Amino acid sequence: MKAVAFDYFCRKLNMKKNIIYVLFCFLAFVSACGEDDTSDSQPTDSYDRGALLLNWADNIIIPRYDNFATSLNTLVTTSQSFADSPSSSSLEEVRASWLTAYSAFQKVSMFEIGRAETLNYRNRLNVYPTNTSEIDGYISSNTWNLELPSTIDSQGFPALDYLLYGLGTDQETLDKYTTDENASSYTMYLLDLVTTMQTLTNEVISDWENGYRETYITNTSSSASGAVDQTVNAFLFYYEKALRAGKVGIPAGVFSETSLPQNVESFHNQFVSKLLLTQALSATVSFFNGEGATADFPSNGFSLNSYLEALNTVKNGSDLSTLINDQFQVAFSKIELLDDNFIEQITNDNTKMLQAYDELQRNVILMKVDMLQALSIDVNYIDADGD
Amino acid sequence: MKSSYNRYITKQTKAAPLAVFRILFGFMMLASIIRFWSFGWIETLYIEPIFSFSYYGFHWLPNLGQFTYLLFIICGVSAFSVAIGYRYRLAIVLFFLSFTYIELLDKTTYLNHYYFISCLSFLLIFLPANCYYSLDALRLKNIRANTIPAWSINSIKLLLCIVYFFAGLAKLNSDWLLNAMPLQIWLPSKYDIPFLGDLLQQSWIHYAFSWGGAFYDLAIPFLLLWKPTRSIAFIFVVIFHVLTRILFPIGMFPYIMIVSALIFFDATFHERILSFFSWLLKKIRLFRVVKVNDLQKEKSAKIASYVVGLFIVVQLLLPWRYVWYPKELFWTEEGYRFSWRVMLMEKAGYAQFIIKNTKTGSQFAVNNSDFLTPFQEKQMSTQPDFILEYAHYLGTHFKSQGHQNIAVYVESYVALNGRLSQPFISPEVNLLDLEDTFRHKDWILEFNDTIQGI
Repeated sequence: MKAVAFDYFCRKLNMKKNIIYVLFCFLAFVSACGEDDTSDSQPTDSYDRGALLLNWADNIIIPRYDNFATSLNTLVTTSQSFADSPSSSSLEEVRASWLTAYSAFQKVSMFEIGRAETLNYRNRLNVYPTNTSEIDGYISSNTWNLELPSTIDSQGFPALDYLLYGLGTDQETLDKYTTDENASSYTMYLLDLVTTMQTLTNEVISDWENGYRETYITNTSSSASGAVDQTVNAFLFYYEKALRAGKVGIPAGVFSETSLPQNVESFHNQFVSKLLLTQALSATVSFFNGEGATADFPSNGFSLNSYLEALNTVKNGSDLSTLINDQFQVAFSKIELLDDNFIEQITNDNTKMLQAYDELQRNVILMKVDMLQALSIDVNYIDADGD
Repeated sequence: MKSSYNRYITKQTKAAPLAVFRILFGFMMLASIIRFWSFGWIETLYIEPIFSFSYYGFHWLPNLGQFTYLLFIICGVSAFSVAIGYRYRLAIVLFFLSFTYIELLDKTTYLNHYYFISCLSFLLIFLPANCYYSLDALRLKNIRANTIPAWSINSIKLLLCIVYFFAGLAKLNSDWLLNAMPLQIWLPSKYDIPFLGDLLQQSWIHYAFSWGGAFYDLAIPFLLLWKPTRSIAFIFVVIFHVLTRILFPIGMFPYIMIVSALIFFDATFHERILSFFSWLLKKIRLFRVVKVNDLQKEKSAKIASYVVGLFIVVQLLLPWRYVWYPKELFWTEEGYRFSWRVMLMEKAGYAQFIIKNTKTGSQFAVNNSDFLTPFQEKQMSTQPDFILEYAHYLGTHFKSQGHQNIAVYVESYVALNGRLSQPFISPEVNLLDLEDTFRHKDWILEFNDTIQGI
């Protein structure tokens, strides 16, 4: 019908028919492919996004998950031995493996895409402050269900932090798992926490291994559903909300009238908040620069950094990628000055904490405003027409 | 003078082009409304947001909540009614009002082509588009006519020419012509378009598109008006808008412009289109021929011509209002909207609001996603009037939460057309002390560069 109409008025235009048909075919072709933004043709532009995604998937994301899974397995094993024979030495082993796993988690937390996104993975593993009274309630009633969304602040690493460091002195802690009237409930809860984390992580990994990796590395589309756009959006969301705000800004009181030291990451252990922040920022920087697990991986180094360089994004005389990397170093230098114990730092001299926040914030602007503009990536799937 | 004006407004022409325009316009609008609805945008753009940005002077306009759907139904039904020419006058007034109401709900969604639709439907209110090939003409003997005043078709042509020509003038600036910005940012990201993807990486293509686009906008009104070049100009119109459709997410606009450009063709062409419609309608037995008067005698035609004349004058002047403002237009956006400045800027920003207690000095930062959708936040962070309106909203909100002695500050950064981001709004100004006016906003910080041009 459309063809008839078009042909009809074209004839009345008194023009050569073949021109019209070419035009019409062009129009038909466009209306056919224009609506479809997941066309699967292989792009071959100056920057190889396929290699970029390959480096991200095979050399960074999957190895980091595997590394985290290994440390989680150790955590489950040590927790099991602690449950079997609670002693101060087996408690120390659980604590040590908790810290190792927590550190490894900092390297995967930024990849909230695919299965991790649908599982709400980061929140299942690391919502803090943890809800101690809720945990106490679960344990004394001996009923809980970690699958319920309402229990999200009673599980993951912060809940373990409470169970391993927040129950009193070492002896008092041991007593909870041995002589306390709810001893078995404490043990069960501890084990349920670690196995839930393990299950969730294995689910994410098996998704990567069974199909998602292939989907990911071939999804070089430039649309909001393209893998580059999704990864960058997830990465920036993590950097802004989880790292900058969660680890530094919120406890330092940037978002509240007074500082909130009780909101630091690892509130009960207290001495590892800075360590975890440093780990997270290192992982952020190495992702930005595409430094993978294997240095001689063919596309090692393919990254946001090299992408910006390829686009030749010069800003006021210096490379944007250099500006961002330099800014990361400034942020590191401010974090260096902080006490290992952020509660101490916030209570005694919050200015340093706020300075570290400001330097982290500076890179939110360079990445979210300047980098996204250079890469022409829209923030978070804004779905509307433009003009 | 007086008599030549009288002669001009009484000059008659065939009614067919306007009838075709009415029919196609109505159906395209209906399609646009259905498309908008089907994408779920009524929900995400108008119902879900807890706060909406209003236009200057339209703050009182109530948000309709779930009744927004009713507004879209009214808009869609009236568009259909316009298309078939049933109670045309009422339908086009309802369409203009409902469509404009939708646009006024939240300026976050401002697009030049929505404004174009509002302008066009306002214009159509005053044109006798229902006296030929419509249900009204079938029903009402006294409005039937196969001729109409020539100015009514000319006014549509003129509006289209204004849109193109001003869009072309706006492109005559150093960013567009000398740096191929923002196309230099946008085009390479379309690497996965078949056939064109590789080409779009080339710098010369960015320049070719920039210069070609400017030349097209400036020349196309004349090429369409002049009969010898009209057909080739129409081919350019099709190619240009189809290209923009492929490259950018601009929805129905390219199709609307292509269809609108048909108005430039003469009456015989439109009569052929109508006879094609007749052939279709006869197939489904919905066609009846009635006798048509040669001349339409409508008393209100003269008044209508004054309104349309005034409207055209406003259209010619409004885009120039920016010259009253000092500083860089692209940076301050004072006088930017409603001026056919299309695709000129890639602007990105970041705005962190600080709520401060002026007595105690304690302060905290606002999490924008608590109040705004990502789309609203994106628009807000680069436009001063949005920032001010949002600051006042935050002030009211936190006051109602029991905070006292509130001052609202913003730390904001904006990157324009590939330049490094720089501070945007003065962080020292308590935004609650300011009111939005048409005066120059001196609390916008200096732009570190100059953009030459109109």
